[in-house]
Amino acid sequence: MKPFTYERATSPAAAAKAVADRPGAKFIAGGTNLLDLMKLEVEAPIHLVDVNGLGLDRIETTSDGGLRIGALVSNTALASNETVRRDYGVLSRAIVAGASGQLRNKATTAGNLLQRTRCPYFYDTNQACNKRKPGSGCAAIGGYSRQLAVIGTSTACIATYPGDMAVAMRVLDASVQTVSPAGQTRTIAFGDFHRLPGNTPHIENALAPGELVTAVTLPRPIGGQHFYHKVRDRASYAFALVSVAAVIQRDGSGRVAVGGIAPRPWRVEAAETAMQQGAKAVSARLLAGAKPTTDNAFKVPLVERALAAVMAEARAA
Amino acid sequence: MKSPVDTEISRRGILVGGVATAALTVSTADAQTPPTPAQPATMKVSFDVNGKRRNLELDTRTTLLDALREHLHLTGTKKGCDHGQCGACTVMVDGQRINSCLSLAVMHQGDRITTIEGLGQPDRLHPMQAAFVKHDGYQCGYCTPGQICSAVAVLDEIKAGIPSHATGDFTTRPAITNEEIRERMSGNICRCGAYSNIVDAINDVAGVRA
Repeated sequence: MKPFTYERATSPAAAAKAVADRPGAKFIAGGTNLLDLMKLEVEAPIHLVDVNGLGLDRIETTSDGGLRIGALVSNTALASNETVRRDYGVLSRAIVAGASGQLRNKATTAGNLLQRTRCPYFYDTNQACNKRKPGSGCAAIGGYSRQLAVIGTSTACIATYPGDMAVAMRVLDASVQTVSPAGQTRTIAFGDFHRLPGNTPHIENALAPGELVTAVTLPRPIGGQHFYHKVRDRASYAFALVSVAAVIQRDGSGRVAVGGIAPRPWRVEAAETAMQQGAKAVSARLLAGAKPTTDNAFKVPLVERALAAVMAEARAA
Repeated sequence: MKSPVDTEISRRGILVGGVATAALTVSTADAQTPPTPAQPATMKVSFDVNGKRRNLELDTRTTLLDALREHLHLTGTKKGCDHGQCGACTVMVDGQRINSCLSLAVMHQGDRITTIEGLGQPDRLHPMQAAFVKHDGYQCGYCTPGQICSAVAVLDEIKAGIPSHATGDFTTRPAITNEEIRERMSGNICRCGAYSNIVDAINDVAGVRA
């Protein structure tokens, strides 16, 4: 691990300023992803700003009947929250489908949102990776790509966004609250938060340098049945090959977002108009323009089948 | 061993790739270079370990795991993968189990840490330690301290109503079942494959408590 200096931030705006003022500085919260990457020297911050202790660990109802989830709420606390379990079940289910009990105790809401891809070429500093080292190329293209993305990719990067929690937040129309180094706050719609790679796969989200996530807000509950169906190589503690987050209403209408297939939680609102026509119609629209590799072409039919399983479960309930 | 390129992208796979990477990085040094490299920095930190106040001055890079093992000589907590994939380093911080390898020691100012040494000692075993002995819940024993710390926390988590991927109805409290225990223990890998005896040990303790 490369050396770094360390400080504990005293307020969200002060934390943002501390990172903005020092090129090479980073926030640290749970640290479960960042420290892993620092040990491999994929990440090498020269200064860490610890944002634990900023009081951003509360879950509160909002004036419009929604929920405000502090950036530092742990995965365990969020999945266990009574309101979340009752009204936003897809979110609880997505969180407990990810990682291990130990990691969920430490992982935070904002950190989970910002976790980096698990593309093996991103992790291996001997390989070309435009995300890790802009302009170095992409060894994943033409390489081992079974776990990698089938849609939303570019000629520069085919990495997936690896998380589960964010897939549920996307389906719930969440938004991300931030504070800038100047102390200004703003709200980013969840669909605009994670970026597609294009020619700049190292820019993964809409945050400006030093901008700090302070909370994720959920709109008022939308009812329906909530599902998070994750398909993976092991029964537990593995990243998704394909995951389906869905909220399905009594009449068969609903929303769906898919994980494990794209550089961000994949949702196409226009595809949802076909929910009552079945999984085939929805997935055809969701995956229009998909460019799978030979290794990961199985993900295209797997999305349809995972969605069909969820729809069958909804009808049976 | 497969090359990192052939290795599946599971956490276990990354472990294999990670070790190879760490070895090769030294010779090629092609990781992204920070703007102005920092010099090694030290910091003071104090926390409670097994009820005893400990004051340390550490390189900021020191993980909680290395602080426990190398600085406090509490070697019960084990270093397996050092990447949060195996669970051998599991300890409890303020009652919650975490991977001590993925946490910086300086981030634990004022925390209350419990390691395997704090759960029980040879002359007064924690019920979970006794159950692991009784049910033969290990072979080589390397993962065992992590398994036991995790198992104690798992029963507390179920008691606290924290749901898991194995929980059916999220609006009701989870029950202690084999399925729940297996799912909740999935962050602790046992290379010897003592899993079924580990589940028996945990069930035994859960029965005693109930």
